[in-house]
Amino acid sequence: MSPKTLYDKIWDAHVAHESEDGTCLLYIDRHLVHEVTSPQAFEGLRMAGRKVRAPEKTIAVPDHNVPTTLDRVSGVIANEESRIQVDALDKNAKDFGIHYYPVSDVRQGIVHIVGPEQGWTLPGMTVVCGDSHTATHGAFGALAHGIGTSEVEHVLATQTLIQKKSKNMKVEITGKLRPGVTAKDITLSVIGATGTAGGTGYVIEYCGEAIRDLSMEGRMTVCNMAIEGGARAGLIAPDEKTFEYCKGRPHAPKGAAWEAALAYWKTLFTDEGAHFDKVITLKGEDIAPVVTWGTSPEDVLPITATVPAPESFKGGKVEAAKRALDYMGLTAGQKLTDIQIDTVFIGSCTNGRIEDLRAAAEILKGKKIKDGMRAMVVPGSGLVRAQAEEEGLADIFKEAGFEWRLAGCSMCLAMNPDQLAEGERCASTSNRNFEGRQGYKGRTHLVSPAMAAAAAITGHLTDVREMM
Amino acid sequence: MEKFTKVTGIAAPMPLVNIDTDMIIPKVFLKTIKRSGLGVNLFDEMRYDRQGNEIADFVLNKPQYRAAEILVAGDNFGCGSSREHAPWALADFGIKAIVSTSFADIFYNNSFKNGILPIVLPQEAVDVLMKDAEKGSNARMEVDLEAQTVTSSDGEVFNFEVDPFKKHCLMNGLDDIGLTMENVSAIDSYEATAKAQFPWI
Repeated sequence: MSPKTLYDKIWDAHVAHESEDGTCLLYIDRHLVHEVTSPQAFEGLRMAGRKVRAPEKTIAVPDHNVPTTLDRVSGVIANEESRIQVDALDKNAKDFGIHYYPVSDVRQGIVHIVGPEQGWTLPGMTVVCGDSHTATHGAFGALAHGIGTSEVEHVLATQTLIQKKSKNMKVEITGKLRPGVTAKDITLSVIGATGTAGGTGYVIEYCGEAIRDLSMEGRMTVCNMAIEGGARAGLIAPDEKTFEYCKGRPHAPKGAAWEAALAYWKTLFTDEGAHFDKVITLKGEDIAPVVTWGTSPEDVLPITATVPAPESFKGGKVEAAKRALDYMGLTAGQKLTDIQIDTVFIGSCTNGRIEDLRAAAEILKGKKIKDGMRAMVVPGSGLVRAQAEEEGLADIFKEAGFEWRLAGCSMCLAMNPDQLAEGERCASTSNRNFEGRQGYKGRTHLVSPAMAAAAAITGHLTDVREMM
Repeated sequence: MEKFTKVTGIAAPMPLVNIDTDMIIPKVFLKTIKRSGLGVNLFDEMRYDRQGNEIADFVLNKPQYRAAEILVAGDNFGCGSSREHAPWALADFGIKAIVSTSFADIFYNNSFKNGILPIVLPQEAVDVLMKDAEKGSNARMEVDLEAQTVTSSDGEVFNFEVDPFKKHCLMNGLDDIGLTMENVSAIDSYEATAKAQFPWI
């Protein structure tokens, strides 16, 4: 048998039907659902008189629209359209009999944080969701990617997706990371090296010592942003850390089933000599704490750098960079550390897990944020929030001057009231710095949680290594 | 889904690279529970000022491009969010085909499900068609899915590749779910095997 990549193995184990032209029906083990990309899909089922084929494999949670202010416990969402969407998910979950974590449930949170936390996401699975950041779940060695609403309806009705196989890409991060460098810096640096379209048509497998050394939380951060590099999915082979994380989770197997699962999971790695269509290698030692300066995640540089000149790029990127500098209100040659900020957002499916909050709190301990700074922490789930409170992290944030919010997507995409006003500039632990992403004419600089905390204290983008 | 065979129409030039789905349809319009009516908000933040007035120099606001049915766009069109609201908005506006050097995967798939044909061509071909689109409403471009060609207003022909299954579905306006249901026995038997092999799932 010819050697296989991890992606090949998971793919092969899920092909339910293959046509002569190579079009496959790929079986889906877990379908995660949120309120924004699902209403039209459920409506489609109703109109066609179809049922959800595997409700026991379908998990829904509202996250994009939900307010994160403490008054949401009253259960009423002020924005009417948001309320209608969340109400629609409530009703659809009930009508179609799928697993559901309502806003009032302490387990509610961002769908990509809830899935792993509850043990829905396990190695070797196929996981989809009507959300591009589904790539997050690849950290478990699960083939996980975002789909559109038509595909959401297709998976609800058939538990399969019509797919053709992607190509294999290996991203290896060798050696050790230097102090102050995190999973976020790895994933942004990879996008900086490949560009936002570099992964288009590929499934990425991240490997190498620096990836192995990451916690599960860090691995989720890396895979989460695979999509920002154009790859639908990112994968990391499961290992003892993965198994340890999964063990005992509410929906993880137990007893003999656990042993059987474990035996299978241990076969999930890329065979020696397996073929990759593209290979990228970065040295862990070369990665610095990074920050984005423009309006695409590929616009990333070490914090010690200066804003680049548009003329230093090629092709269509020259105009795009000019537009980005104009939008961001920056000039070429400006030191990144001279960029003043007024808002700090810590949260999102990229960096809303407990380890992220610990990293930020470590920097903030005993310090105050800059006068006039608006800073908020939005934990990724109710359980992350509870754990952070138990560990005393919430007190550190509050004493420093941060708002301590309830779980949701919040200012990552600003569909709820957490938004930037025109011209406001934010150091954000989220995943996209697109124009208007965090609010109309808002300006986003993507950073790690520790870098966000450092910026909150000084009032400008800051090299966190100077504060360690 | 509407069938797609051939379009002869106005092409609007959008040379900007990395046009993301947040640009195509900003999040404030994702709060709908319907698929229809999003065309008016297509490219909303580029197309209107905060008072809702049209921004005159945005391409689709120019008189010659208001009825555009084809977009010629910069690299990596449709990157970012998986929101199918992006092709819904494009289709509702009247866009039937998009030409670029590359598309983001999820957007590419979503387009086919909504009767929009995304066409990948080499840089040199896109450059020629971009120039052609810049001529305005007198220059009609033709997209022929059956023949897999794009023809400029000057008659220059470019061949493109498209997955045969996607082409078949688009040309016949086929519903994916209906097609998959024809293979339901394969899904049943996969489930039975998987249940024995992976009982924990």
